[in-house]
Amino acid sequence: MTLNRKTAPQFQPVEQISLIRPEHIKLDNGSNLFIFNSGDQELVRIEWIFHNLRFDPAKPLLNVAVNSMLTEGTSSRTASEIADQIDFYGGFLQVDYGYDTSQVVLFSLNRHLPKTLPVMKDIITDSIFPQNELDTFIRNQQQKLQVSLQKNDIVARRKFNKALYGDTLYGLGADFDDYKTLHREDMLAHFRQMYQPSNCTIVVAGKVDQTIVDLIKSSFGSDWISHPVKADTHQPELTPNEEHFYFIEKPDALQSAIRMGLPMITRQHLDFPALQVLNTVLGGYFGSRLMANIREDKGYTYGIGSGLSSLKKGGAMFIASEVGADVCRDAVNEIEKEITILKTELIPDDELALVRNYMMGSLLGSLENVFSHADKFKNIYFSGVDYDYYDRYTDVVKSVTAEELLQLANKYLDLDKFYKVIVGKY
Amino acid sequence: MLSVFRYYMVKFNRFILANGLRVIVHEDHTTPMAVLNILYDVGARDEDPEKTGFAHLFEHLMFGGSVNIPQYDEPLQRVGGENNAFTTNDITNYYITLPAENIETAFWLESDRMLNLAFSEKSLEVQRNVVIEEFKQRYLNQPYGDVWLKLRPMVYKKHPYRWATIGKEVKHIEDARIEDVKAFFKQHYNPQNAIMVVGGNISIERAKELAEKWFGPIPAGEKYHRELPKEPMQTEARRETTSAKVPLNDLYIAFHMPGRLEAGYYELDLVSDILSRGNSSRLYRNLVKDKQLFSEIHAYNMGSFDSGMFVVEGKPIEGVSIETAEAAIWEELEKIKTEPVPDNELTKVKNKTESTMVFSEMSLLDKAMNLATFELFGDADMLNHETEKYLAITEQQIQEQAQQVFRKENSSTLVYLAESH
Repeated sequence: MTLNRKTAPQFQPVEQISLIRPEHIKLDNGSNLFIFNSGDQELVRIEWIFHNLRFDPAKPLLNVAVNSMLTEGTSSRTASEIADQIDFYGGFLQVDYGYDTSQVVLFSLNRHLPKTLPVMKDIITDSIFPQNELDTFIRNQQQKLQVSLQKNDIVARRKFNKALYGDTLYGLGADFDDYKTLHREDMLAHFRQMYQPSNCTIVVAGKVDQTIVDLIKSSFGSDWISHPVKADTHQPELTPNEEHFYFIEKPDALQSAIRMGLPMITRQHLDFPALQVLNTVLGGYFGSRLMANIREDKGYTYGIGSGLSSLKKGGAMFIASEVGADVCRDAVNEIEKEITILKTELIPDDELALVRNYMMGSLLGSLENVFSHADKFKNIYFSGVDYDYYDRYTDVVKSVTAEELLQLANKYLDLDKFYKVIVGKY
Repeated sequence: MLSVFRYYMVKFNRFILANGLRVIVHEDHTTPMAVLNILYDVGARDEDPEKTGFAHLFEHLMFGGSVNIPQYDEPLQRVGGENNAFTTNDITNYYITLPAENIETAFWLESDRMLNLAFSEKSLEVQRNVVIEEFKQRYLNQPYGDVWLKLRPMVYKKHPYRWATIGKEVKHIEDARIEDVKAFFKQHYNPQNAIMVVGGNISIERAKELAEKWFGPIPAGEKYHRELPKEPMQTEARRETTSAKVPLNDLYIAFHMPGRLEAGYYELDLVSDILSRGNSSRLYRNLVKDKQLFSEIHAYNMGSFDSGMFVVEGKPIEGVSIETAEAAIWEELEKIKTEPVPDNELTKVKNKTESTMVFSEMSLLDKAMNLATFELFGDADMLNHETEKYLAITEQQIQEQAQQVFRKENSSTLVYLAESH
């Protein structure tokens, strides 16, 4: 029998996704502990997640600086000692600042946890932000900022965020002088208010047996108590700018950075899963319309994509690319053309079927290990939705119609409301 | 010694098809996914010095349709799969992840493009443009982006590592012709020059059956015999100064070191950890924190298969002269040459290496790629002995290797100055 290489083999669409749900323990001190126990490797990832404090325009960098400097010293340990003790036991300590929450993350082999956990407790409960370390931090950040500001894509993103979100944590693009507003006393006060049990969610994933749960409870349980002043985590409303077009000229640019988009609904909205399908069609995967047209047909760029962000105070849809400086205007026209097509023509059955399967496969593939299951949980937990969200998501991906997507495009993708930022030549 | 010895085991089976294709199967039934990874034994080092960037351009063309399948990505996405590829100076690696029940689609797609490509002029024209935009995005339109275009030819005078995978210049990409593409395919893309790893929720029997079915009929092709010029021993210090519209000065010192499979490689890999891995490392602690000479500094080993490269790179604080910065780096290098690494510090970097290996077992794709690479080195099972090799290293061996490598006459120093503006 000759092999038929022209015809694709039979395949099965992905029907079901099964997610590991956490065990939830409310600790005596008010913090929430979520446990994901699965996997063969004797290791864990522990995340301590805190909501950022209210944005203060006069001291815009407090949230990010306090988080970044948690590794820089406590009453009993210098920055060096912290690094030594984690590294010696093969651990990985990360601090991650995000728009809504900031976190401290430890990756550790289970057998070393009795040695690594006390260091974590120390930095989360007793950081002191030594002045010499703060001076070093400020100087190094200011130097790095100068390099970042020469990258067109970064400049475009900063401008875009400022336009969409105004004077908030989301709109913040630190400038050189902002670093001068950082003072140790403010950081200590910020730290005390933010990094306290009542503002803390702990997520543990890995091979988590009772010994490990007990270790965490004994370190972060009853003897870690909340501050009398509750963390003020209410953020100001977003204030989008009136001006929708921004062009920052770079006469020597070989490529221009393009960033376009508009405020959008968030994960809590019932339309969100269908919007994710629409976004995938437009620019959410390698075979997307933007990639097919602007990269694979025209060769204007190495890459182009679109995305949805869903944050506490609001969401956005955005399109980003770096394109040849001489074809920037053409690229923008093609992007707008693709959006218009989504609003005027039904997505062909064949393409929609492909996108459905791709998205289901991608969801399945994103559940690589127990850490990914914890990540899926965080997505919904911090968006204020529950596991039904994923059922709704898979239902919509499998069943949304081309007509519904056309309506959705008309409802949400108003080209007149798009913000457009160009850095380079136009 | 703190580490308790543990035998890391990524289990696998191996078979070879009659046409020479080496196949590794790693069963992992904890995941609903499968991976198909194909490593082709060709990289930028195999290019004609007048046609550089070709291996990487070719990688792009592998997505432009094959002899029986006009569209590569579309049928894969249709079954819920994702793919990508990368080219290095040494190899070209293609990978697919997809729901395990649809693994046959991956076999179908990969076997057809190993059989023959469509060689479309349109695809060549578009991908030339895409790669030129990639060249601009990564190397020309970024602050310090052209460092590797300058540093490689300083370090390597004869070996093809003297150019970057993107190529020496944009013109080489513009000049690529369809005849070149066909010749390159014939020379490098056949079963004898490839290693396939199938991983995930699939049985060895099924993997064998599918490999025979789809890859078995592909002609063996000719085995490519690599004969690269050997890089002559460097005998005097090299130094260049360049300037550009960047905000800060930048300093690079590069050294020749053993290749991936040569004696001394593992020692120097640990040296790079001692110098630069994490906030407890020497360069960060001494030069960024204590002496406040750099805003950032890194030391790394390029992991090259042939003659290797060890790089120390740092951006001095404004107001710190290049001479001072350079002297401070050399002081640290001298220290590691003359003073034994304390036990605690050596244990620390070994523990870090060990835990990195355990964490890498969490990723199916990482395991598949690692198996392919070690099979290329001679035996996929070498992956399971990596940690042992690091753990066995002594402080004397570290010192000996540091003395061999960190010599002025083995160094190439590139001073990248900020033009005042």
